[in-house]
Amino acid sequence: MGGLTSTSKGLYNKGKIGMTFKLPPGLALQKVDERIMTLNVGPQHPGSGHMRLIVQIDGDYIVACDPDPGYVHRGEEKMAEYRNYILNIPHLERPVIHDSCNVLYPYVLGSEEILGIEVPERAKYVRVIASELNRCIYIMYWLAIYGIFLGHSTMFMWPAGDRELLIDLMEKMTGARVTHAHFVPGGVRNDLPPNFEDVCLRQVNYFEKRIKEYAAIFYDNPILIARTRDTGILSRQDAIRYGTTGSVLRASGVDYDLRVKEPYDVYEELDVHTNVMKEGDSYARSKIPWLDMLESCNIIRQALQKMPKSGSVRTKLKPNPKGKGLDSVYKRVESGRGSLGCYIVSDGKVEPYRVKLSVPSFRNLIALPNLLRGEKLGNMPSVYWSLNYWPVEADR
Amino acid sequence: MMSTETENPPEDSTEDSTEVESPPPVAKKPAAPVVIPAFEKSISDKIVEKFGDKVEVGFVKEDRVRINVGRENVHDVAEFIRDGLNYDHVESVSGVDYPQDNEIEVVYHIGSYDDSSLARQILVLATRAQRETNPIPGNDATRLPTLRDVFYSVEFHEREVFEMFGVFFEGHPDNRRLLLPEDWADLPPLRKDFTIKGR
Repeated sequence: MGGLTSTSKGLYNKGKIGMTFKLPPGLALQKVDERIMTLNVGPQHPGSGHMRLIVQIDGDYIVACDPDPGYVHRGEEKMAEYRNYILNIPHLERPVIHDSCNVLYPYVLGSEEILGIEVPERAKYVRVIASELNRCIYIMYWLAIYGIFLGHSTMFMWPAGDRELLIDLMEKMTGARVTHAHFVPGGVRNDLPPNFEDVCLRQVNYFEKRIKEYAAIFYDNPILIARTRDTGILSRQDAIRYGTTGSVLRASGVDYDLRVKEPYDVYEELDVHTNVMKEGDSYARSKIPWLDMLESCNIIRQALQKMPKSGSVRTKLKPNPKGKGLDSVYKRVESGRGSLGCYIVSDGKVEPYRVKLSVPSFRNLIALPNLLRGEKLGNMPSVYWSLNYWPVEADR
Repeated sequence: MMSTETENPPEDSTEDSTEVESPPPVAKKPAAPVVIPAFEKSISDKIVEKFGDKVEVGFVKEDRVRINVGRENVHDVAEFIRDGLNYDHVESVSGVDYPQDNEIEVVYHIGSYDDSSLARQILVLATRAQRETNPIPGNDATRLPTLRDVFYSVEFHEREVFEMFGVFFEGHPDNRRLLLPEDWADLPPLRKDFTIKGR
């Protein structure tokens, strides 16, 4: 007996294995506690999207969570260094194809400043309409996913169906159903089709009436409230400290919306109301995007009214436009998930020297381990999807 | 082929003709003298007053102030930006590779949620790390002090810069890979000497 213990001690004692084996940087040995079980959620599991969550649980409670994104990393930033300012447009919208206008917006604003292009007034309004419609399309998709992961099948079917209305509208406007590539430096690719204003107004009015019905079936539903109230509470101080953005930030009581705080294009002339809730729990985070959609309908109606009825929508570019030497610009817009920034460095060549997308999903991800710690495992989907997270965008 | 070539005249003439064809709807403004915005100037003045020669003002534009600082002072300047100027979160941390200078620049875009007067402002804090031609990420001289203890929000951003550029952040609690696969053994991919095949 004694001999056996001593040999096993000798084998596993410090000094034999641990000291000789030097770990490369980036890897770490982890001590495993018998009480703690490690769970891999994803990347194939539909509940996590295209990412992996390494969750450690003690019984039913999560003690640690380590998000592991990167399964859909496509090197968008590297690709952008090899293409000129126009050729970058179709691939830079790929991270969030169902919010493609908003993900292109900061890049287009930045290139306009670097290339020194003025945008026609009508194009600015068309952009606002397109980006607000796209915001609704994105949020409806997110809401469908949120509904199905809380076991609410109707909330999957309704948004997925009502979203088609707006997709048809975008198809009329841009010619493509999801990947529009509509924004270009200097304006938008095409003018609106004839009679678009009337069709748009009619559809948006119907859409608004329709999403108001969601309150009765989803947001006032006692089962949803029981599952999301007081789960994953993010305090105001933490929301600021983690640098979260968009609906996550506004659900924690911070009144910050770039359309109001740093208005770009014609948002200055429109009346935009910021939706803020103070609870900071999953319920508030799931309700803010829905309130945003109602606000988007108001913005679209205002923009349709104020838009110049005719005029150019695109300033013609010279072939292969370039910047004026070493220059850098950081532009940001409010996308469907939050503030989306684009940092462009130009060295006067036809290709940008460096393009960095600071995406809201990546910024909100840092809150996830802190929100899940101490939460029940069954609450993981409601907390995770309430972050308005899109894995492909975070990976770029 | 022949016909397309004749249809497309050389670049210079196209530039002229397109400008004539479509007069820009917004009249081009005459080159105005560069006006330095006062509020942004006051922010950069406060930093210069505090640190003197240690910092260099990159530019002062509308809503954007850029401060360049050496790696030995970046931590102190960041602390002053947080405590003295009320900035509270970092929006973005970008690496930019400059092989000709033998340096890698790390740019922090810092904003403020709490102070409503700073809501439009982004303070750009740039610092540079030494660049190695044959990098061994984590074990070479490409190092910077981390700002994670000043701004908690840089945690994942700095992990990304480490794997994409090989800049090791001293004092960062978690310098593991984030987006790249664990067995990535090539150059850090966003460096300029890592080239895409066929391009």
